[in-house]
Amino acid sequence: MENDLITAAIVVIGVPAALVGYILLTERLIQLVPEKKQGLVRPWFWIAPAILFLVVFLIYPTLNTIVLSFLDGQSKNFVGLDNYLWFAGDSGTLEALRNSVLWVIFMTGGVVGLGLLIAVLVDRVRYESLAKSVIFVPLAISFVAAGVIWNFMYQYQDPSRPQTGTLNALIGIVGLGPTRFTQEQPLNNFALIFIGIWMWTGFAMVILSAGLKGISIELMEAARVDGATEWQVFRGIVLPLLMPTIFVVATTIVITALKSFDIVFTVTNGNFGTDVIAREMWQQMFTPPGNFGRASAVAIILLLAIIPFMALNIRRFREQEAIR
Amino acid sequence: MTRHIRDSRLFAVLATALLLVVAAGCNQGATGSDKEVTVVGSWGGSEQDSFLAMVKPWEDKTGNKVKYTGSRGLGAYLTTAVASGTLPDIAGLPGPGEMIQFAKGGALKPLDTVLDMATYKADTTSALVDLGSSDGKVYGVFMKLSVKGFIWYNTKNYDGTVPANWDAVMATDKGSANSLFCVGLESGADSGWPGTDWVEDFVIRQSGPQVYDSWVAGTTKWDDPAIKSAFEAFGDVLDKTFGGPAKVNSTNFGDGGNDLFTTPPGCLFHHQASFISDFFKKQGGAKDGDFDFFVMPEINSQYAGALTGGGDIVGLFSDKAAAKDLLKYLVTPEAQQIWADKGGFVSANTKVTKYPTPVEQKSADSIKGATVFRFDGGDLMPGTMKAAFFAAMVEFAEDQSKLDSILAHLNEIQATAYTPA
Repeated sequence: MENDLITAAIVVIGVPAALVGYILLTERLIQLVPEKKQGLVRPWFWIAPAILFLVVFLIYPTLNTIVLSFLDGQSKNFVGLDNYLWFAGDSGTLEALRNSVLWVIFMTGGVVGLGLLIAVLVDRVRYESLAKSVIFVPLAISFVAAGVIWNFMYQYQDPSRPQTGTLNALIGIVGLGPTRFTQEQPLNNFALIFIGIWMWTGFAMVILSAGLKGISIELMEAARVDGATEWQVFRGIVLPLLMPTIFVVATTIVITALKSFDIVFTVTNGNFGTDVIAREMWQQMFTPPGNFGRASAVAIILLLAIIPFMALNIRRFREQEAIR
Repeated sequence: MTRHIRDSRLFAVLATALLLVVAAGCNQGATGSDKEVTVVGSWGGSEQDSFLAMVKPWEDKTGNKVKYTGSRGLGAYLTTAVASGTLPDIAGLPGPGEMIQFAKGGALKPLDTVLDMATYKADTTSALVDLGSSDGKVYGVFMKLSVKGFIWYNTKNYDGTVPANWDAVMATDKGSANSLFCVGLESGADSGWPGTDWVEDFVIRQSGPQVYDSWVAGTTKWDDPAIKSAFEAFGDVLDKTFGGPAKVNSTNFGDGGNDLFTTPPGCLFHHQASFISDFFKKQGGAKDGDFDFFVMPEINSQYAGALTGGGDIVGLFSDKAAAKDLLKYLVTPEAQQIWADKGGFVSANTKVTKYPTPVEQKSADSIKGATVFRFDGGDLMPGTMKAAFFAAMVEFAEDQSKLDSILAHLNEIQATAYTPA
């Protein structure tokens, strides 16, 4: 215990101190270089720790995962494309892939659409900050907690018994029979995606709302004076000017949707046709004895699926920089 | 000049800090003291308290300390722990299948030199000694047992006659109850496992231990008539189950028997392991005496007295003397009695004869009276096979007409799950 405290103290005080120490140490080394070339050398020394961390914790694991994806379950023998062929030929993984696509389309659409709608609407009312806070709160909840909460919301009881699930109790009031939200296909996939939308709409709303504040009021007023309807103002001015922000938000949500694991894991564990690729990766990795080859192949497929969105986002970012 | 001095002083301080951080980082690799034994198990809450109460006398006697960590995901935890080499001294194992895998991989230590083998074998039901062995060496010991395949009933609704065979159970008059059975398959990430218990109980009673063993070992295919007929027998049960597939798949296993105690009762019988009595009391509003059970009767008289069960296995991952000593203590009747006193479970040690309630007493007797005892089949299968078996039960309960495609899919998994890839 005492040992732990000392270690903690060393880490808390020592790590920042060590970083400053590193800069001072390298500064001494740089002094050895002719003055004219110092400016050329210095940035590299400064960026070296960051690069080191990137290599150790990001680039090396990525490369190693690629290598593992061509090896067998125990990472001993080379199996070529077997793991990828398994992914392409297994009915379970293909279903997971289909569901992940559903997540990307509907979660992104739902989050960006609702986020934009709410951002635009609350911009016009006096209790804006209150409304925004309420919608933002779910983002502070962990995915697992959200899964557990919604499991209660979606709970089903036999029609002959009182409904303990909030949603089934509600639809019961208007005389609709209890529905098995988490088990009936294809409803259950959307019930799960809805949990994601519920959590992330606040995020999209906050970013888009900030973007909205950046649009000059004079511009909109001018359009209104010229006789534009509110819809025309939105279509012709607000939307085009918000487009870069929408794009950034959408990319973030696409990546979140592709990585979605916790909600599916806690609510259905991939049963009833709700599996997604991130959960499939977990299943391959952590069900003893653990198939590292297949899990790595799934990870690489997930990575490949995310790269285009990242690339698009970076290109977009560069274009904007160029305009500025 | 002064500035320069101050600089170098600062430099010295910072350089020392850098060294300290490096040193602290290296220090992390060192393990705890020789007097501390790290134990990882699946027990939490009251089970954790029971375990700690069990090791307390040992701690007092030896002056050693047990550092216990509970983990619900033992399989995932041990897979990573073995891969990284940072292992606890003693750990609970997810099942005998995983035990064999870890033993073959060399992470688990054989216990033949740790335990007094003559006493251990004399005190333990031989079927359980075999289950904890791999290649002739003992690797795992049982902390507590739970007997499966009990048919529970509400004493107000059923007179307690033990049916002579399974057909008699199926033909029982359900009286005022809505249906004959209650089934609850929901269990989070492990949903479906109560269904696997049903199928296993049918396999061993219909086709006997040889078929059971070869099916569990991955030799008998899933679409074999012996296995298929077990699924079909469970299908017949589902047809007589309260609420149908909708209720079966959305009811948590812990609430599975609650409808025994409602008025009018939802069902007459509930098939579950011995542990469920706790749930009857906590979730179903029942009191001791409101419920009782009979062991699931025979189907094929040739295999009468066959029993399935489950249990928590513990294995040794280190050579530390204190860890070996603790393991030796854990299997003694004195230690086992402490846990048995807490109720809910039966000890693997036959010297333990005192149980708090008739339910445990009857369970312990049923183990002794069993002609054949087999461990839970799903737990004996490789992890991937087990997970697929769980999921298959959910799918089967949802739509029985899919049986052939479900069994075909299980065959596919079986083809790769058993080969140490």
